Amino acid sequence: MLQLEFDERVAADDRVEPRDWMPDAYRSTLIRQIAQHAHSEIIGMQPEGNWITRAPSLKRKAILIAKVQDEAGHGLYLYSAAETLGVDRDELVELLLAGRQKYSSIFNYPTLTWADIGAIGWLVDGAAITNQVPLCRCSYGPYARAMVRICKEESFHQRQGFEILYTLGHGTPGQKAMAQDAVDRWWWPSLMMFGPPDAASTHTGQSTAWKIKRFGNDELRQRFVDMTVPQADALGLALPDDGIAWNAERGHYDFTEPDYAELTAVIEGNGPCNAERIAVRRAAHEDGAWVREAAAAYAAKRAGREAA
Amino acid sequence: MRSPFFATPPATTMPDAAAYALRLGDDALVLSHRLAEWVAHAPELEEDVALANISLDLLGQARALLAYAGAVEGAGRDEDALAYLRDDRAFTNMQLVELPRGDFGLTIARQLLFSTYQRMLYARLAASSDETLAGIAAKAEKEVAYHVDHATQWTLRLGEGTAGSHARMRAGLVAVWPYADELFEADPLTDRLAAEGVGVDPSCLRGEWDAAVDGVLREATLERPEVRPAAGGGRRGLHTEHLGHLLAEMQSLHRAHPGVTW
Ligand SMILES: [Fe+2]
Ligand SMILES: [Fe+2]
Repeated sequence: MLQLEFDERVAADDRVEPRDWMPDAYRSTLIRQIAQHAHSEIIGMQPEGNWITRAPSLKRKAILIAKVQDEAGHGLYLYSAAETLGVDRDELVELLLAGRQKYSSIFNYPTLTWADIGAIGWLVDGAAITNQVPLCRCSYGPYARAMVRICKEESFHQRQGFEILYTLGHGTPGQKAMAQDAVDRWWWPSLMMFGPPDAASTHTGQSTAWKIKRFGNDELRQRFVDMTVPQADALGLALPDDGIAWNAERGHYDFTEPDYAELTAVIEGNGPCNAERIAVRRAAHEDGAWVREAAAAYAAKRAGREAA
Repeated sequence: MRSPFFATPPATTMPDAAAYALRLGDDALVLSHRLAEWVAHAPELEEDVALANISLDLLGQARALLAYAGAVEGAGRDEDALAYLRDDRAFTNMQLVELPRGDFGLTIARQLLFSTYQRMLYARLAASSDETLAGIAAKAEKEVAYHVDHATQWTLRLGEGTAGSHARMRAGLVAVWPYADELFEADPLTDRLAAEGVGVDPSCLRGEWDAAVDGVLREATLERPEVRPAAGGGRRGLHTEHLGHLLAEMQSLHRAHPGVTW
């Protein structure tokens, strides 16, 4: 009976809300996905934060601080969305630190130059938007609503990345080389952000039936390539794939698939920065423990005083 | 003969209003930088957001003040030329803002001292006869009211929270307190500008500041530490050893590509 109501709700494109009955597997799939998404926002602050103190102009510095701050905000919305499913943020953070929940493997690559900030905005936020816009219509209400807020900000992130690369691409030979090098390094990992090909993906089928996921990995990856190729021309930068060509028959750009063995290796912990990203997060968490304890103790004392 | 650390300040080569805007701009710029160092490393996500917010407010103030200093100077230096192409001896921020970020207790202690001072300064500067300075100050005062509130709330939480947090907050106060006197030091430049109604005599802020900070400390069950004041000299370009490292990092990329657009 409850199952039937749930199925009908999903079929009718109605939103499932926290108080509604839902299958256990739906709940746990959402918790896993939303938590992973929240963790990605938080870990993603590190590679970009790496350039805040060296941003080359005060205007760029302000934009970058605002962007990294947005990512913290995204993490907050998403942890709150996950909490509506009956878990709490602390629990999820512990799972992240213990390596039992994942975050987007893209953030296990280092930001070596300033141009990487441009490439992350343009490609990584661009890929994130492609993945996330359909999530604004996801069947679970709190997640869908969080995504609406997030997507608005992500488009500003992508634009600022594009602008950084545009300025570099039209700058001195040194700046242009820096921009091209960054695009060469971030292109393939960005394509990997859509996950393995659908044929090899373990989660896609059920998530699609539940209307958590609306499109397959391959379709989203194609959409991203189609959007990005003309933008690369506008930037005056090359994408590092000789296989990119317009295919009139398909109405899409052909492109070379990334090396999914690399994706697997990075997910399994063998990326350039996996250990460091978790170590930094753990250090911030542990160094801040006394502050959180103080805030809790103070709140309890005050509540006690008010009750007295 | 006294060493430069204890001598009277040399005359600045900039017009008074430019030199004054530069001082206030340098304070905001350097403290913004220190706060930005917390982003991605704060004790909780809400604080990543809050400290980034405060850092951004200060950076906005710094940009307005530096741009104005450059415009008044009339030598073609814009905000970036002033931020990225001066050496540490030409920076005129107070030493308090350049101290390393330390732990959260030190950061909050500094925020309490500085934001309280800055709010009082801006409140007066909003009545400056210099319209640009008055406008910058009026806008900034509203932002800084939030900074004061943030620092106050955290001082209370840390002071009253646990024995450990009380000790850390105390240690933070001990570390920053020697640099408090510098906030209120008048010199010939502020004397001239205060007389003209352009600038604020910082020594006038001391009484109000003492009362405000003492009030917060009392409520937080903390005390003013008994410490000897530091030598000071930031306004004369005499800094702690920390500023050079901050600038080396901040300026490295900009200086590696002279004259380009970012
Ligand atoms: Fe985000
Ligand atoms: Fe983003």
